[in-house]
Amino acid sequence: MAGLKATRDGYGEALLQLGQEEPRVVVVDCDLFRSTRTAAFAEAFPDRFFEMGIAEQDMVSTAVGLALSGMIPFANSFAVFLTGRAFDQTRQQIALPAVNVKLAGSSAGITQGPDGATHQSVIDVALMRSLPNMTVIVPSDAEEARLATRAAAEWEGPVYLRLSRYETPVWRDGGSAFEIGKAEVRRAGRDVSLIACGVMLGRVLEAAEALAGERISAEVLNVHTVKPLDAEAVLSSCERTGAAVTVEEHSIIGGLGSAVAELLTEGAGKHIPLRRLGVADTFGESGLADELLAKHGLTAEDIAAQARELVGNRAG
Amino acid sequence: MEPGVQELRELEKCAAEVRLQIVQAMGPGKAHHFGGSLSAADLLVALYFYKMRHRAREPGWPERDRFVMSKGHGVPALYVCLARAGFFPTSELAGLKEFGSSLQGHPDMRKTIGLEANTGSLGMGLSVANGMALAARVTGLDYRVYALLGDGECQEGQVWEAAMTAAHYGLDNLTAIVDRNELQAMGRTEERMSLEPIVEKWRGFGWRTREIDGHSMSEICTALDDAARTRGAPSVIVAHTVKGKGVSFMEGRPGFHNAKLTDEQYRNAVAELEAGIASLGG
Repeated sequence: MAGLKATRDGYGEALLQLGQEEPRVVVVDCDLFRSTRTAAFAEAFPDRFFEMGIAEQDMVSTAVGLALSGMIPFANSFAVFLTGRAFDQTRQQIALPAVNVKLAGSSAGITQGPDGATHQSVIDVALMRSLPNMTVIVPSDAEEARLATRAAAEWEGPVYLRLSRYETPVWRDGGSAFEIGKAEVRRAGRDVSLIACGVMLGRVLEAAEALAGERISAEVLNVHTVKPLDAEAVLSSCERTGAAVTVEEHSIIGGLGSAVAELLTEGAGKHIPLRRLGVADTFGESGLADELLAKHGLTAEDIAAQARELVGNRAG
Repeated sequence: MEPGVQELRELEKCAAEVRLQIVQAMGPGKAHHFGGSLSAADLLVALYFYKMRHRAREPGWPERDRFVMSKGHGVPALYVCLARAGFFPTSELAGLKEFGSSLQGHPDMRKTIGLEANTGSLGMGLSVANGMALAARVTGLDYRVYALLGDGECQEGQVWEAAMTAAHYGLDNLTAIVDRNELQAMGRTEERMSLEPIVEKWRGFGWRTREIDGHSMSEICTALDDAARTRGAPSVIVAHTVKGKGVSFMEGRPGFHNAKLTDEQYRNAVAELEAGIASLGG
C-alpha cells in the first residue's frame, strides 16, 4: 500500500500513459489543468492538448467535433461545471448520437471540501445516469481510476468518469483486472451487503471490519460502474445476505442508492430492506472533506451503525 | 477557381429547384420551418455543389470537407441538398419529420446519411466545427470545415465562446456563415435582442469578415473562395438573406419561421417556385 493518493491522480497518470500509446487521445480542459491532473499530458503532448478557456459548453461541443473526426477526446473540468453547465451539450451531442467522448468530472462530491456548495457536485451521477448511452464510472482509488481511464479510452461510446481530490490509500492491486460494468466483491459476507462506489469504499471496508468484531458478517461490493449497473452481482449478493446498504458521497436521489433501489424493487425475488447513505437531498457547504463526510453520516462508524441496525431489525 | 457564367447559372437553377423541393417535402397542413430553410438554400447549394469536397458513396471519407448545420431547424434545405448530392434517395424527402423517417425534425446524424453532427439546440454547431478543424491539425488532413449559423442563434453565448476559440487557435481551415435574415421565431432580431453591429462583433473576436448578398450566387462563391485562401484566422461570411426567399407571401414575414400552409398557400408557393425555375431556363 503506497502513500495517499486521489482518484484524479490515477486519472492523470493514465492519460500520460495513453498519450504515449494511443495517438488518437486528445485532452481539452477549462483552465483547471493542475486541479484536473491533465497538466502532465499537456506538457508531454502539447499538440494534443487544447486549453479551452473558462467555457465548459464550448469545450464539450468541441470534444464532440474532435471525436467525430476520429480522436478520443477527454474533456475535463470540475464535475459540477462539466455535468451542470454543459448538460445540454452532453445530452444533445454526446449521449443522443452516442459520440465517443470521455467526460472527466474532477473534484466531485462533498469531498471537494472548502470551496463550498457551488463547487460540490452532489447530483452529477444522477444527471449522467439519466442519459441513454452514457456509461458512468466512479473509481474508488487512484489505481482503479488509472485502470478505469484506460478502459474508458478503449470503450467505444460516451463515458463519464467521476473523480475526486480526496486522498485515500490505494487498496486495489496494481495490474488487477478491471472491467467496465463488473462489480467486485471486495469482502465476502453473509448478513448484509454494503454496496459502495468511489472514495467511500475505504470507509465501507473499515465498517465491515468493525462489524466482523461484533459477529456481523458484511459483504462489501465495489460498484465502480454505476451505469450499466451489474444487476447480477448486486442481486446475487443482496438475495444471499437479505439486507443492503448503499454508500456514496452523492445525493441519495439519482445515484448509486437509487440505482440499487430500482433494481431491488423490480428485480429481487424477495423483499430486501435497503438503506441509502449519502447526501440526503441537500447541498454541501464549506469544510474539510472529513468534516463534511461526518456531517452527512458517512464515517465508518455511521456506516457500521446503519448496517447493525438493519441486521438487528431483521433479527427482531 | 472563380465559377464561370455557365456554372453560376447552373447553381442558380439548382437553388431554385432546391427551394421547390423544400416546399414540396414540407407540403400543406403541417408545421415546418419554411423561412429559415428557404433563406439558406443558396448558401447550401454553393457549399454542396460548388465548394465542398464530398463523396456520397463514401460518407466517412476522411478527407471530405465537413459541414455543420448549426441552425438545425433549417435542416430541410440540407436534406434536399444531400439527396441531390446522392447521399440518399430523393424519395426519402417525402417522409420529412414523419414517424419512422430517416429525416428527423432536427439533425440526427445517426439517422440521416451525410449529416456530420447533431444540432438543433442552438449555439452548439460552431464549437463542433472547431473540434473538427482542430482534429485536422492533429491528423494532418487538409479538409475544410463549414458551419452555418442563424442570426438569431448568435444570441446564444456559446457561439461567442466558440468564436474566441477559433480565433485563439487561428483556425483558417474553418469558415462560418451567418444566415442574416433579420428574423427570429418571435419577430425581428433587432427588436427581440439586438445583434448589430454583427460584423464588427465577429471582427472584434478576431475573425476575418465578409459581408455579402446571400442570394447572389457569384458573391457567395467568391466569398467562399476568398475564405479558403485566408491564412492565420478563421473567416466568417455574414450573408444578408431574406427569410422565406422565393415565396413572396413568406418573404420577410416572421410568421413563416415555423408555420402550416393552407392548401391554397401551398399551391401558390409551388406555382411561384416553378415559375422561378422556368425563368432560369428550367
